[in-house]
Amino acid sequence: MSDASYKPEELLITTFADLLDGVGHVAVGALSPIPGCAALLMQEEARQKGNDDVQVSIIHGDANNPFTDGGRELFDCAGQGRIGAFFLGGAEIDGEANINLLGVGDYPDLDKRFPGSFGSAYVYFVIPKVILFAPEHSKRVLVDKVEFISAPGTSPPEVHRPGGPKALVTGKCRMSFDAATKRFTLEFTHPGISVEEVRDNTGFDFDIAGDVPMTPEPDADRLALLRGSIGPKIAKTYPDFAARIFD
Amino acid sequence: MTVFEDLDGLAGRIDDGALVALSPDYSWVPMALVRTLIRRKAKDLSLLTVPIGGMAADMLIGAGVVGKLEAAAVSLGEAGPAPRFTDAVESGTLSVRDSTCPAIHTALQASEKGVPFMPLGGLIGSDLVKNRDDWKVVDDPLGTGGGPVVLLPAIKPDVALFHSPRADTQGNVWVGRRRELMTMAHASATSLITVEAIEDKDFLDDDDTAAGTLPAMYVGAIARAENGAWPQALSGHYERDMEHIRAYASQAKTADGFQAYLDAHVLAGDGA
Repeated sequence: MSDASYKPEELLITTFADLLDGVGHVAVGALSPIPGCAALLMQEEARQKGNDDVQVSIIHGDANNPFTDGGRELFDCAGQGRIGAFFLGGAEIDGEANINLLGVGDYPDLDKRFPGSFGSAYVYFVIPKVILFAPEHSKRVLVDKVEFISAPGTSPPEVHRPGGPKALVTGKCRMSFDAATKRFTLEFTHPGISVEEVRDNTGFDFDIAGDVPMTPEPDADRLALLRGSIGPKIAKTYPDFAARIFD
Repeated sequence: MTVFEDLDGLAGRIDDGALVALSPDYSWVPMALVRTLIRRKAKDLSLLTVPIGGMAADMLIGAGVVGKLEAAAVSLGEAGPAPRFTDAVESGTLSVRDSTCPAIHTALQASEKGVPFMPLGGLIGSDLVKNRDDWKVVDDPLGTGGGPVVLLPAIKPDVALFHSPRADTQGNVWVGRRRELMTMAHASATSLITVEAIEDKDFLDDDDTAAGTLPAMYVGAIARAENGAWPQALSGHYERDMEHIRAYASQAKTADGFQAYLDAHVLAGDGA
């Protein structure tokens, strides 16, 4: 991404926004400025096409936070199927889309402790389109097997699971996930990134369907919308991020 | 009757060893009370973060106040990892029951209803379940075709702690849209609450305030603490002091740095 016309974060935002196309209600969890921007961008683009019915819910802050029944409401809403898409990160993500937000080492005697599983062990099951996000694309993050399963990528048929992972976006590429085969497929590589570079930096095996196109870059209209309209909105929840990316 | 007293009196009501429910950093966290608890050298508390912990939990852990912790996560958010929590877990000095946000909400709702447990979807296949011998996976007992579910025992804290912009002279406390505070208080044997101000009225007299009010029957005691959530925010009243929070995040990376933080901002007394 040597092109100076946009920042790497802006490419991630527009990549996420493309993945959200057609979703009616996007919820954004804690510490997610890039997903938050993507959701607001998708909402604005839908509005420009005449669709005023896209809901974006950003928890914890006061802006874009529609919840009035406490911390449980996001989860209750999700359990009912009222939320279409959500983002999850992972200190480790493996080839079967299991995620680890908790730590590495022999639990409970961990060598390295991360914050914890947050709501992942629930939302991963009930929200239809969960998009995984790994800004650092490395073998440290994208591992063959996670050391602790905060939330499993797939479930046996007897477990009620209307939701789960559909895509993974990293600093180098975009992949899709198929629960039936329990495998990721490389769909796009970001500008300047080769398939080999993705493979060399990924700790799990993944599929490739033919030639891999480049991730679509944000065009001038999209960048103008992002910087002019979305930046000030996300600044209400993430002032530091907005100042760093859009000012 | 709700007792009105000072911060030291309020902190004195929290027995060593008590199961304490604490609001998260973004939801009216009682930082002044946390500092007072550290000053009074409270010990062996079982801390329940509702549902995640931040700076308040990190400080209590670092100061040796916490014997056991139940949390869905502990993090300083934008300021990074919670250093004293991370260090305590990695050095094996803190016993943690790892949970997930909706499990904590659900277990408190079970306590609200006075039932011994409640089911929750999801979870199955998470290593959290494998490591919680108090959770149980059962087949749908009603045969509705829902598949297996996880049963979570009710969590009944001895005391819920949070801060609020205002109480009234009847002992009612405003929670507004921060309904997790309501659940926490309902689920706990009693609540000890710090407030910015005490107003000479009855919030229950007016429907506009009644709906966002925790009634006095759940409230054990109230203490005034101006800027009582500082350096965290009190939504609608004041913002986070990010500079201070970042300074804490950096200083508390070492035990010595944390002690220096306590010396400067806690042990010298509030308002110092």
